[in-house]
Amino acid sequence: MSRKLPALTAESQRFWQGGAERRLFIHRCQPCQRFFHPPAPVCPHCLSEEVAATAVSGRGQVATFTINHQAWTPQLDLPYVIAIIELDEQPGLRLVSNVINCEPAKVRIGMRVEVEFLQQEDIWLPLFVEERS
Amino acid sequence: MKSDRLLEKNVAITGIGQSEVGRPSAKSAMALTIDACKEAIADAGLSRDDIDGVAAWPGDNNNGDAFSPVGPNALIGTLGLKVNWFGGGYEGPGPIAGIINGAMAIAAGLCNHVLVFRTITESSRRQVNKNAGALSNKTVGRDSSFFWQWYTPFNVVSGINLMAMYAQRHFHEYGTTEQQLAQIALTCRANAVHNEKAVFRTPLTMADYLDSRFISTPLRLLDCDVHCDASTAIILSRKEAARDGRNPPIRIEAIGSALHQPWSWDQIDLTGMAAKDSAKMLWQRTDYTPKDVGSAQLYDGFSILTLLWLEALGLCDKGQGGAFIEGGHRIALDGQLPINTNGGQLSGGRTHGLGYVHEACSQLWGRAALRQTRPHDVAVVAAGGGPLAGCVLLVKE
Ligand SMILES: [Zn+2]
Repeated sequence: MSRKLPALTAESQRFWQGGAERRLFIHRCQPCQRFFHPPAPVCPHCLSEEVAATAVSGRGQVATFTINHQAWTPQLDLPYVIAIIELDEQPGLRLVSNVINCEPAKVRIGMRVEVEFLQQEDIWLPLFVEERS
Repeated sequence: MKSDRLLEKNVAITGIGQSEVGRPSAKSAMALTIDACKEAIADAGLSRDDIDGVAAWPGDNNNGDAFSPVGPNALIGTLGLKVNWFGGGYEGPGPIAGIINGAMAIAAGLCNHVLVFRTITESSRRQVNKNAGALSNKTVGRDSSFFWQWYTPFNVVSGINLMAMYAQRHFHEYGTTEQQLAQIALTCRANAVHNEKAVFRTPLTMADYLDSRFISTPLRLLDCDVHCDASTAIILSRKEAARDGRNPPIRIEAIGSALHQPWSWDQIDLTGMAAKDSAKMLWQRTDYTPKDVGSAQLYDGFSILTLLWLEALGLCDKGQGGAFIEGGHRIALDGQLPINTNGGQLSGGRTHGLGYVHEACSQLWGRAALRQTRPHDVAVVAAGGGPLAGCVLLVKE
C-alpha cells in the first residue's frame, strides 16, 4: 500500500527512524517526567526544554479506530484500519497509526497492541499488531 | 448582570443574503459572492457606502482553491468598498470565525457595519477533480504540515477518518447506535424537503440510511455533507446603527471561541472536541441557559459532529446525545429543539458555516416559509469539528 512519507526534523527524526533499532521513541520531559506527542523542543506541561526522544515499550491499546472503505486513491489496499493508540507509559499518551495483520472486523476499542515497524525509504513507520504474549 | 459588560452584545445581525445553491452553479465564484453580498446589504437597509468592514473565514488562500475561492482582498475592490477594517484567515475558531472577528472589530470601535461572507465552489471543482476535498492533505512531496505529517503516513486521507474515530469512541463509551446517529441525516433530509434551495430533497428512510455504504466506519455516505457552489453573506452592525434597519436586530448575545487543548485531531477530548471549550465559554458570557434555545444550527460536515455539539452545548446531557435524538421527534421542525432546519449541510448543501447563521436568522425573523418552526427569539449556531469550534448565541430584540 502506498504511503505519503513525512519530512524529517530535529524533533521528529527519532520517532520516524527509531524503528531501525526496533524501538519506538516518544518525547519525554526530564524535570516533570511526562511524555508528550507529537515531539517538540519544549514540554507542553512545564515548558522545560530538557526534553528528549525516549524509548518506550511500544505496547498499548486501541483508544478508538475506524475501518476505511473509501478508495481515496487507486493505490490503497481496502479496507484498512486507522487507530488512535494509547501507549502504556502514560494515560492519554496517544498517537495515530494503523492496526495491521488483523481482520479489520476483529479490531476493538481496548484491544491490546504492540508496535511493528514498516520501513519505507529512510522512514520506519510505527504500525501496530495484536499483542502476541 | 454580567451580560451588560460584554462587548459582543453591542453587535447585531441586521441583514442576510445567499446566492443560489448550485450543484454545480453556472456562475463564477465572484458572481455568487456578489449575489449574496448585495442581497445582504439591501436586506439590512444599507447601501454599499455604509459597509466599512469585511470579514471572512478562511478567506482566500492565494491559491484559487474551491474550498475558499474569494477572500476579503478580492471582494473589496470588486464591490468598490472603502473599509476601515478587514480580515480573513484559516487559523481561528472554525467556520463562523468571520462572524466572531467581525463582531469584535465593531465592538472595538474600528467599524460600524461589517460584511461577513463565505463562498465555496467545491461542486464545480469536482467536475474537474473527483477527489477535490476540503479537509485533506494538499502538500506535495515529503509532508511537513504541522498536523497532517502525523496522519498521512498512516493513510488518514480525509477528515472523515478522524471524525469516524470520534463516533466509534462515542458508540463505545455511551452505547450510541447507528440507528440513533441516523436521525441526524434523516432529520436534515426531512427539513430539506421543505427548502427549495436544498441540494437533496427526496425523503429518506432508516432503511436508505442503513443501506448506504460505509466510507469510514461507523460513518456512511449519508453521514457526509454534500458539496455545492454557493455564497452566503451576513451583515453585522453596531447596535445603535442597527436601529435604522428594516429587520429587528438579532443581537450577538454571546460568543464561544475557546481552545483549551492542543490544536490537534487526536490529542484532544475525543468526544468533547474543542466544542466543549467553546460552548463552556459561550454560557459563561450570558444569563441565558440551554433551556432558552428555540432552534439550533449545529455543524454537520459529518453527522457525528452535530451530536457532539448537542452535548457540548448542554442541549442534552453528556453521553445522552444518542438517546436525545432517538426517533428524531425532539429535533424535528415541530419538536422541542429543531435543528439544522434548512437541511443542514448534509442535505441543504455545504455552504460551510455561514449557511447556519443565515438559517438561524431566517427562523428568528419568521422568514423560513414551509420549514418555519414555532416563533422564538433565541437561537444557537455552532460550527466546526475536532480542534475547530466556534459558537454564537443569537437573540432577536
Ligand atoms: Zn515537563
